[in-house]
Amino acid sequence: MTAALLEIGDLHVSYGRVEAVCGVSLSLAPGQIVSVIGPNGAGKTTLLAATMGLLPSTGTLRFEGEDLRGLDVEARVERGLCLVPEKRELFGDLSVQDNLQLGAYAKRLNGSTMGRRLQSVYALFPRLAERRSQLARTLSGGEQQMLALGRALMSAPRLLMLDEPSLGLAPLIVCEILAIVRTLREDGVSILLVEQNARVALENSDHGYVLESGEVALSGASSILAGDARVQATYLGGGTDDD
Amino acid sequence: MNWDVALILTVGGLATGSVYLLAGLGLVLIFSVTRVVFVPFGDIAAFAALSLAAFETGTTPPTIGLVLTLASLAVVAELWQLMRRRELARMPRVLMVWGLLPALPCLAAWWVTGRNLPAIAGIVASILLVVPIAPLIARIALRPIADASVLVLLIASLALHFLLSGLGLLFFGPEGSRTHPLVAGATTLPGGFPVSMQVLLMIASAIVLSGLFYLLFERTLHGKALRATAINRVGARLVGIRPARTAALAYGGGSLLAGLIGVLIAPVTTIYYDSGFIIGLKAFVAAIIGGLASYPLTALGALAVGLVESFASFWSGALKDVFVFGTLIPVLLLRSLLASRIEEEEEEIDE
Ligand SMILES: Nc1ncnc2c1ncn2[C@@H]1O[C@H](COP(=O)(O)OP(=O)(O)O)[C@@H](O)[C@H]1O
Ligand SMILES: [Mg+2]
Repeated sequence: MTAALLEIGDLHVSYGRVEAVCGVSLSLAPGQIVSVIGPNGAGKTTLLAATMGLLPSTGTLRFEGEDLRGLDVEARVERGLCLVPEKRELFGDLSVQDNLQLGAYAKRLNGSTMGRRLQSVYALFPRLAERRSQLARTLSGGEQQMLALGRALMSAPRLLMLDEPSLGLAPLIVCEILAIVRTLREDGVSILLVEQNARVALENSDHGYVLESGEVALSGASSILAGDARVQATYLGGGTDDD
Repeated sequence: MNWDVALILTVGGLATGSVYLLAGLGLVLIFSVTRVVFVPFGDIAAFAALSLAAFETGTTPPTIGLVLTLASLAVVAELWQLMRRRELARMPRVLMVWGLLPALPCLAAWWVTGRNLPAIAGIVASILLVVPIAPLIARIALRPIADASVLVLLIASLALHFLLSGLGLLFFGPEGSRTHPLVAGATTLPGGFPVSMQVLLMIASAIVLSGLFYLLFERTLHGKALRATAINRVGARLVGIRPARTAALAYGGGSLLAGLIGVLIAPVTTIYYDSGFIIGLKAFVAAIIGGLASYPLTALGALAVGLVESFASFWSGALKDVFVFGTLIPVLLLRSLLASRIEEEEEEIDE
């Protein structure tokens, strides 16, 4: 097996006295899509925030073999980590194009590279190209998610962490966005996908972790997880799905 | 009042309004990025004016001592932080940024002193000399409480103003000074109306600088990064923008504007160590008109404040400030009406 791109070992994260992530270990190989599923409040968002450096944590965090502790969020961005947070955190009063350009801020691109990256993002999301001079806060939910994803891609990340990309979106748009996520792997981007929508997550990943109350309850290849009786009962609606 | 008087008052009002405009831009710049109402802004302008006066008399400007004192405090604060985080390896960088960088304009000022250089050398040196002041005092006193509420930040900022004007008294003494005009003479407008070149220079500076401001914020990635930090701090960090660095840039930009104001007003009024406060206060009125967020509205507000002050001082010199600050009442009323309406609309959208 090749060396892991991201290695999380016995990670603990607390809000004051309350521990939200209690000893999670997870690893992700280059080019892999790994999903983390679990109920609301399981600690999925907290896990991503700590990996990005937005929250302090204890345990091991390694990216391409380098210890991430001691690096702040901005330094992790420079290393190639990128988080598309649950709340998207767009710059609402800036235009779509400004949001995208700022996505590459840490890379200090020259004008022509910047232009090429913009074009490639617009090629992935033609809808953003149509709305390039519109303010980000005037976009619909699906378009905002595309912008958040596009802004992340502008930094050409090595590891893209997506927090509930399907949240609040119509199924059709979720499909569209996840189809794009799958194509990113071909460009050498590894993906850590956090989802409450277990079916979507397992269908679109190689490996899966089930997080419950801050601990890993189950993990394994996504296809095996999707066939697991407990996962089916708890997260896939007991296999009685009809859509 | 006849037309000639009205014209004189208008031109005078626009000239003072230009000063408030530059100060207002500085205040909005700093507030939008850091949420700090930067009260010591005017003090820094006064220090630039007093530095220019010192250059003219051939004495070393006491500002050098002030800047070096602040720089030493900032270095101590940084080293203390490094020690607590056990990151002493980053010491050389800290010494460079917080020790050496602020010392450079001091060195330049010291070199300029007493030499028979053209007046512009003293002007540039005075402006550059005050640029480190805002970033330094912000590093010392405001960064440690950067996440506090706007009110706490305002109180800290007010305390900094008193500290700075105290240091001003210590370093500059109680005497006031006035400098030679930056540009001499007068010109006549079409219609035979005379205006001094100094007044034209003030108005022209405001126009040119607001143009530059616009270009910086609308056209450059770093300008957009400043705005992005103001709009969404977490979002900014996630794309690799360091809020502490943007804040230092905003303070530096504000300080630079204060320096420009200082040398622009030095020839037209006698400046004392504590003259800056009232300029800052009136620019604050303009910034409030702009909601502490909009540059164009702040600019308009500043010109309005200048005009109100000019006309009010014609009717009653004693009451001019009453008129200026009195305009705050209708502005605040209108603002709170608009704000509640916007909130209602947003609630409707949420539903
Ligand atoms: N800012 C916060 N302060 C205190 N507790 C929090 C905060 N954010 C989340 N939590 C708690 O941490 C736990 C994990 O939350 P979160 O990571 O958001 O879960 P998920 O993303 O899986 O829904 C929950 O019990 C939640 O109540
Ligand atoms: Mg969550």
